Amino acid sequence: MATMLDAKNLSISFGGLRAVDDFTIKIEEGELYGLIGPNGAGKTTVFNLLTGVYKPDEGRIILGGKDITRLDPVHKNKSGIARTFQNIRLYSKLSVIDNVKVGLHNQFHYSTLAGILHTPSYRKVEKEIDERARDLLSVFKMEQHADVLASNLPYGEQRKLEIARAMATEPKLLLLDEPAAGMNPNETKELMETISFIREKFGMTILLIEHDMKLVSGICEKLTVLNFGRMLAEGGTKEVLGNPEVIKAYLGDD
Amino acid sequence: MTMKKIQDKYITYGMVVIAYVLCEILMRTGIMSSHIKGLLVPMCYYAIVAVGLNLCVGILGELSLGHAGFMCVGAYTSALFSFAMEDVIPTVPRFIMALIIGVAFSTLFGFLIGIPVLRLKGDYLAIVTLAFGEIIKNIFNAVYLGIDDAGLHISLKDMSSMGMDPSGKILINGAQGITGTPSDANFTIAAFLLLASLFVVQNLINSRDGRAIMAIRDNRIAAESNGINITKYKMFAFTISAAIAGTAGVLFSHNISTLTATSQYFGYNASILILVYVVLGGIGNIRGSVIAAVILYLLPELLRGLSDYRMLIYSIVLIVMMLFNWAPKAREFREKHFAFLNKRKEAR
Repeated sequence: MATMLDAKNLSISFGGLRAVDDFTIKIEEGELYGLIGPNGAGKTTVFNLLTGVYKPDEGRIILGGKDITRLDPVHKNKSGIARTFQNIRLYSKLSVIDNVKVGLHNQFHYSTLAGILHTPSYRKVEKEIDERARDLLSVFKMEQHADVLASNLPYGEQRKLEIARAMATEPKLLLLDEPAAGMNPNETKELMETISFIREKFGMTILLIEHDMKLVSGICEKLTVLNFGRMLAEGGTKEVLGNPEVIKAYLGDD
Repeated sequence: MTMKKIQDKYITYGMVVIAYVLCEILMRTGIMSSHIKGLLVPMCYYAIVAVGLNLCVGILGELSLGHAGFMCVGAYTSALFSFAMEDVIPTVPRFIMALIIGVAFSTLFGFLIGIPVLRLKGDYLAIVTLAFGEIIKNIFNAVYLGIDDAGLHISLKDMSSMGMDPSGKILINGAQGITGTPSDANFTIAAFLLLASLFVVQNLINSRDGRAIMAIRDNRIAAESNGINITKYKMFAFTISAAIAGTAGVLFSHNISTLTATSQYFGYNASILILVYVVLGGIGNIRGSVIAAVILYLLPELLRGLSDYRMLIYSIVLIVMMLFNWAPKAREFREKHFAFLNKRKEAR
């Protein structure tokens, strides 16, 4: 298996605070990798570094053999990284299907003029976009909600829609920021199935941040634990979760 | 695109066409007074500029208070062309060329002003666009331009400092503006241009670019992570919006004989007035902008007979419209009884 993501020695400081310090991660193609750690450990900052929201002070990010360290979020996405957000960021005033269509933005093209004049090429491509969007929604079992406003969806469905929208950008690597946050056990279980399903169906490489240990131990193959911006442990899920250092970071000393 | 959206688009066109035909019939049969006849073209250009501003405020989600300025650019550049070429080119091609010139210059101004302005957000953007609108108006107020055998003369001071031959023709006379522009616009052209701007904006909204613009409005950070070039689409929407305001300006200047950059027509008051049309018609609701512009433009004019009570009634209508559009109970009522019109769409 080829290496999908190879990030080396990533560091970033905000003023005097070293939010992420010497972070290294290596994800193989098709792997499901978990990033865990107590609140404020810098997990989301790592995501922001990987997706270009922040530029690292030091370190390199290599995706599928290409150096993408200095790219902005738009080009990071175009080179194959898609993400979801910890606090849901949907296009709330657009319909569910339009949300997915925005994700398909760079997959289908016609000129602006064709779009304004609604030429035959516009109709043809729009039809393809519509079909692809509906296909994606049906993968997530959301096709019945296609014309609902995104903000009117139930919470769990909104999370799923965010994943669907990220998948629409045809990424090589999918970053999920606390996908199960705020979900009840049933929704979490369904989410786990969805994640496993898209992983199998699309051969997707996934890196996820999560607090729900049931989900993490259930689906992640490898884990990295962050604490105060530093890596505490990494390796197979079982051994990492059994690591006394990790237990101490989570539960404190006795 | 769903069937519903398509239908919706044609309801708007149909509405404009029916209103146009009705007005034409009333005009032809002589029922309409000349006072009302004179209001038809202004009604159209205010509807056009409201549609343009709604693209900026409702679809792009950036509050602009400078659209009267873009209208001013379109009005002056096109009027200047028509005035200078009055005896040279016949009416029809002259107006078409004037339209193209007016729209081109307002597009250019929209683009140039958009570069610094769109770096700002919210209130700051509103303030800066307001300032640019005032700057445009004041510059046109100060310009003296004339032509004689030696060529063009321009001055920002006064007429004599242009150093022009007395036999020359004065094109722009400072604060007195352009006098004697040919009145090429009429209600048919105005209605057609309104349909054209509706066509551009509504089709744009239902295209790939339109979705990108609305995505930026709803969540900039998510749009970025979906690979959408924020700057490009913001500039694009703002520029198109300015171009449509310029179209309204062309109609404005070709509907009157003396064009002056007064604050009544091109100052911030005018910008606010246009924003009132947009807000009361429903932000992001293109058809609402047209309806609101028509009602709110005609109303004070038609109430002139009531003199003192005019503004009182006008403000009451503003409040009633606001409630009708936005109050939850009113929306429920509308959904029940006006379902066939269904103004607030499922997804917009």
